[in-house]
Amino acid sequence: MAAHHLAGALLTLLGALFLFLGALGIVRMPDLYNRMQAGTKATTLGNILTLAGLALYHPSWALKIGVIALFVLVTNPLSSHALARAAHGAGVPLTEGSVSDALAEDLSPEGGEAVES
Amino acid sequence: MADVILELALVLAGIGVLLASYRLLKGPCPPSRAVALDVLTLITIPLLVGAAVMTGRAIYLDVALVYGLLSFLGVVSLARYFEKGV
Amino acid sequence: MDRRWRSISIATLFYWALWLVLVQSFDPQEMIAGAVVAFFVAFLSKGEPFTTPINCLLAPKRILYSIIYVFYLFFAIVRSNLDVARRVVSPSLPINPGIVKIKTRLKSPLGKMILANSITLTPGTLTVDVRGDDFYIHWIDVETKDVQAATEKIAAGFEKYLEVICG
Repeated sequence: MAAHHLAGALLTLLGALFLFLGALGIVRMPDLYNRMQAGTKATTLGNILTLAGLALYHPSWALKIGVIALFVLVTNPLSSHALARAAHGAGVPLTEGSVSDALAEDLSPEGGEAVES
Repeated sequence: MADVILELALVLAGIGVLLASYRLLKGPCPPSRAVALDVLTLITIPLLVGAAVMTGRAIYLDVALVYGLLSFLGVVSLARYFEKGV
Repeated sequence: MDRRWRSISIATLFYWALWLVLVQSFDPQEMIAGAVVAFFVAFLSKGEPFTTPINCLLAPKRILYSIIYVFYLFFAIVRSNLDVARRVVSPSLPINPGIVKIKTRLKSPLGKMILANSITLTPGTLTVDVRGDDFYIHWIDVETKDVQAATEKIAAGFEKYLEVICG
């Protein structure tokens, strides 16, 4: 058994732990924004670690797996930002006990939605 | 040894898929379901790459890439729909 | 016109390299098809992601700061992931969420985009909306509602590098 197999498998296990924690966060958190915090970003690190581990396990595919990891790293913040803005625009409320909502405060005197980009 | 750990990791990620689908089915509002779908995809991409490594078939890498691409487009268009309607 | 064709050709080379990585063969048929497709994509998008940073990339100080920035971002991601993981697994769910406003010093659109995405990538903070220089951040553990202090806490670490990288 080669050493890089073991190292890759351990790295993959660590990444899978983060993937699992992200999914657990999405079940436990009380509102959409907190779910997004736990869900879509714990999975980013989980993806990077898992794919790095798998690339180590199978080095001849490393370049292609790297492209997939880069793709996830670039698109993930974009999609979660788009979802968060859409949800806030659609009026999904923050959970009870949230401290402040600066965006809603700044929007209300202007009378509803401002211009979108 | 190493492939047992690898299988364990994929099983752990598979439990993550189940948790995310629970939120997808239960989610109180449509944007919550969209978030669950996003997470579901993000867990499925490494699972597909893992399937490629375990079976030794490189075609699953392309499947993972195209799946990620389509899901990104899907989530962004869902977000546009929530924001402005069709 | 000249600058436009230069960014289109850089984009073509980038997309062609990506194609070659994906098909993993140097068959002439594949290479020619890839070159044609890469040129069309670059032409239709007007060489978009490669329009601004041409003179940006040449300065050695900017390259150095970009490399430091990648490592800084990676460690920020790991540190805050551990923090959020701790919150998720602890039974009492210790969160204190809210949306705060911060003000960025960065002027260029590229810098603002990288800053917003970096803030989103580090768990605990999520960019909900961007209006001009104001970023609205959903923060999982609000420590301060003050604009200045929140900027200091959330964005200052990234801004320090991004200011040099793309102004």
